[in-house]
Amino acid sequence: MSSLQELQGRKGRIITDKDAREISRVEELSYDLKVNEVMTRDVKTVAPELPMSNVLEILRIGRISGVPVVQNGEMAGILSIEDIVRAMEKNDLAAPVDKYMSRRVVSVNNYDSVVKAIETFSANRKGRLPVVDENGKLVGIITKGDITRGILNALQRDYHEEELRRYRASHLFEDITSDRTSLILRYDIKARDYLNGGQASSHIKRALLRLGATPQLARQCGIAIYEAEMNLIIHTDHGGTIRVQIEPHRILMQTTDDGPGIPDVTKALTPGWSTATQEVRDMGFGAGMGLVNIQRCVDKMTLDSTLGKGTKLLMEIILRPEERFKETDDPETVP
Amino acid sequence: MNVKELAGIVNGNVLNPSVSLSGHVKGGCGADLMSDVLASVKPDAVLLTGLCNVQVVRTAQMADVRAIVFVRGKMPQTDTIAVATQEGIPLITSPFGMFELCGRLYQAGLHSLEDPVTD
Repeated sequence: MSSLQELQGRKGRIITDKDAREISRVEELSYDLKVNEVMTRDVKTVAPELPMSNVLEILRIGRISGVPVVQNGEMAGILSIEDIVRAMEKNDLAAPVDKYMSRRVVSVNNYDSVVKAIETFSANRKGRLPVVDENGKLVGIITKGDITRGILNALQRDYHEEELRRYRASHLFEDITSDRTSLILRYDIKARDYLNGGQASSHIKRALLRLGATPQLARQCGIAIYEAEMNLIIHTDHGGTIRVQIEPHRILMQTTDDGPGIPDVTKALTPGWSTATQEVRDMGFGAGMGLVNIQRCVDKMTLDSTLGKGTKLLMEIILRPEERFKETDDPETVP
Repeated sequence: MNVKELAGIVNGNVLNPSVSLSGHVKGGCGADLMSDVLASVKPDAVLLTGLCNVQVVRTAQMADVRAIVFVRGKMPQTDTIAVATQEGIPLITSPFGMFELCGRLYQAGLHSLEDPVTD
């Protein structure tokens, strides 16, 4: 206990990025998780005409502090240990439940988020809340303990899935020894497939993040390759291919197509110059900014096009020392 | 502010409530031209737009946009909502126009995250 106070009392305590990430994930989960995912479904209930002395037994055996009162499948009230104490004070334990139960029941809905339940707990100072469905029928009960357990379980699930993927991928370059390791991703892009436009870029960005790329690097590559992917969809005769070569020190991205080719490459590189149709412009593209955007994102861009033959666009990003993927023999990673 | 608070400020209706609304929004960007967004927006912005197709979501994903607000009560296509849900990007539709939305969000403390696109 004293060490906890020390920690909290120390001014300027540094919360690491890792702490912050975990706090916000718990917060996120309390929005994502629904009450019915964490509640207890097997609820003990009592009938309104049951004598209070019987309820006392039920609470004692079940080691619980309150039960919902149900009549004909519907919630009629809730009876807590305090109500039993009141009955005991009057020596009235033979009285039926409905004489002492509270009829104003605070409940939560089964599809409410867990954060709603937390708010309801703190607003009403209750230890347990009945959970009802959209017809007001009792379907479960939720305590603060259920919420803690539910969030911990979800955190563990998340952690395992994504961490495992990231762990495996981020160690790829470290785990494999070669004189020159590179990972190549290839995607076939269809012409005019506007609906799936950006899907390949989305996969590429995610792959880079899993490999341990910084968010800035993944974003830079993502924007460049997305513009290039849209160019394949918008301008080519038969679509084309994307090839991404990831190496510890650089990323090479390339799009290739077989036509129609660019008549005037210099013009194509002029900001605002475009041959796009109205259809494409209506989609928010075709403003003649694509290649210009790509140039801003990469260290080197080469556009090679022959009219009637096709176009090859090469984009290269040289990784800064802190962005590099870790390698086995990388002297900088040796402590 | 987080996305949930933002949705309140714009009188918005969240179109994919199953995605997390706790993402932190640091500023804003308003545009209908996706190349402009890709060229100018800094990470963690909210994107205000009148464009409703899937490319809005892809653009947001590439540019690390935290939420998309459709102006003037526009409703995106179902494909757009499906992709956004899959990628975890909140979509909000607001009855206000672009000008009103920028004003409200600016007043609530959100500033521009648009860089000038020079050259």
